[in-house]
Amino acid sequence: MDNKTSKQLLGELLDRHYAGAMQAKQEGKLVAWATSISPQELLTTMGIHTVYPENHAAAIGARKCAQEFIDYSEGHGYSSDICSYARVNLAYMDILNSEAGNIPKPDLIVCCNNICNTVIKWYENIAKELDIPMILFDIPFNHEYEISEQNTNYIKKQFLEAILQLEQITNQKFDYDKLTEVMKISTETSIWWKKAALQARAVPSPLNGFDLFNYMATIVCARGTKEGRDLFKLWYEELGEKAKQGAGPWREGQELYRVMWDGIACWPHLADTYKVLKKYGINMVTSTYPDSWYIVYDTDDLDGMARAYSSNYVNRNLDFGVDNITKLVEDYRLDGIIYHSNRSCKLMDFRQYEVQRRVEERTGVPSVVFDGDQTDPRAFSLAQYETRIQALVEMMEARKYREAEDHE
Amino acid sequence: MYLGVDIGSSASKAVILDKEGQIQATAVVNTGAGSSGVDLAVRQALGKAGLTDTQIKRCVATGYGRVLFERADKQITEISCHAKGVRHIQKEAKTIIDIGGQDAKVIRLRDSGAVENFIMNEKCAAGTGRFLEVMSLVLGCPLSQLSDLVKKGKTGVSISSVCTVFAESEMISQLSSGQTAADVAFGAMESIAQRISGMGNRIGIIPAVVMSGGAALNQALVDSVEAAVGQPILRLADPQIIGALGAAKYALELA
Repeated sequence: MDNKTSKQLLGELLDRHYAGAMQAKQEGKLVAWATSISPQELLTTMGIHTVYPENHAAAIGARKCAQEFIDYSEGHGYSSDICSYARVNLAYMDILNSEAGNIPKPDLIVCCNNICNTVIKWYENIAKELDIPMILFDIPFNHEYEISEQNTNYIKKQFLEAILQLEQITNQKFDYDKLTEVMKISTETSIWWKKAALQARAVPSPLNGFDLFNYMATIVCARGTKEGRDLFKLWYEELGEKAKQGAGPWREGQELYRVMWDGIACWPHLADTYKVLKKYGINMVTSTYPDSWYIVYDTDDLDGMARAYSSNYVNRNLDFGVDNITKLVEDYRLDGIIYHSNRSCKLMDFRQYEVQRRVEERTGVPSVVFDGDQTDPRAFSLAQYETRIQALVEMMEARKYREAEDHE
Repeated sequence: MYLGVDIGSSASKAVILDKEGQIQATAVVNTGAGSSGVDLAVRQALGKAGLTDTQIKRCVATGYGRVLFERADKQITEISCHAKGVRHIQKEAKTIIDIGGQDAKVIRLRDSGAVENFIMNEKCAAGTGRFLEVMSLVLGCPLSQLSDLVKKGKTGVSISSVCTVFAESEMISQLSSGQTAADVAFGAMESIAQRISGMGNRIGIIPAVVMSGGAALNQALVDSVEAAVGQPILRLADPQIIGALGAAKYALELA
């Protein structure tokens, strides 16, 4: 790996990912668009180049290019209440050009609704407008705590059905030996991703948590690849080395408070949201991202794979959501929680107040909710964000003081 | 002597405390962040207390304009300052409803007086002092007389609690359909109170409840909120200076 850092490799890998998809398209190979937590194993096995509209929309947002696409969608009749990833992507489907980077037009689309239910409508629109096939993985929401056998069977049967669909679309036989290999690599990549993120449990954390937002692009698009796996292993080692030296998240400035970020990043204001936290010595040590791509199962176990795709926290019930964050508070020794009330994501926002209330009751850790959006730059106010963050600092400070007094 | 300034969106407030925590002077100027209102408020407070600038040992700034006030030794959010200010005069307060010019908050306090949790309105003026200003314009009734107008009204006219701009057009259409200004004013006040009680329910309103912020000068609003939250609200003599008072108390306590 030539002594390159994981951050350098990350940039190269993403460049290759997008360039590879463009080249595949030019060569007449099939390109798929897929939702961010899709069973890419099946597509990777078939050698289909897959790009992820959520990733791409996030990149467009982070490079401050989203407004043009949002205006276009809204001008074409999409309501401003619809998810901004959808608004950006549905516009991109027509415009097909952005300074933030390009993805080729798809030949098929793959929609897995374990991340969100309305995503089906977004993808159906793409399929209808481009007149291309859509493979749907319908992952039922887990109203009970565990994933039921019934759901597992239902999902597994959809994997098998999708394989038949893919055989028809590609006119090729599905290679089950290759699937075995891809399943193995995908699980390994997920494990290294999680292990790297877990390094942030050290105090101070060697990880500046906003890096999770950067590396996330890769866990989405390179989960089934060896280079993805090796990248996260390298990142894990780098962080381990930093932790051993007692190094904190930043070159300058100390980690004074450790918080988690609930929800998606506020991509158009990524630097602003980060700088305000850093100014107060707040390191976002974890979020709900590490577990979202911890998709782990035994090789060749399609039941296990079905359960894994059903297990991400937004597809789990309220009790699980509360347990999940409570555990993060303990594991990462958090001082506070920042909840991003994301105008786009009704699914995440819907239970946020109740999760906040229950987690506060259980852990006593203070928290704040701020308003923003994953890609619509209009739904965020820096002054309001900063007031909430400063208030969080004051509450965290008061709590530390109280705990110190209790010890005396 | 210790100075607290609260630079809000529509008014600037200053409070001076002596080392025993006794209020020496207060001042309110009706221009807020981005103006020279805060300098005037500080000058007025110094004048009333017969002090000069150099006698101020420490200064804490709060409010929307706090970050631009360079003379402050420290900036503290209005959430903590309202908590501190209320507890300075009402030791038993557990919940604070603070309605300022551009935001409304419900703050829950620990027994010690520290902030336990708080909720602020989102990017929307419904339920804030700005809504009262819009009401006063539409109804052609000065802010200072709004409370008396509401008291003459009765319930029955429904005004949207979702958006100030929509509420404004609703008020205009209610007036043009023949409703009296007093009844429309009553309905609008109820809509603010509903908004506030909705926020309060989220966080849990525990007695004793206190209202602070400039909007609490409006007695009719305090009555409406009291009815909506179903808890008696302790009246403060001067709710508008509470943030500045808290800031001054912080200035006194900072070692």
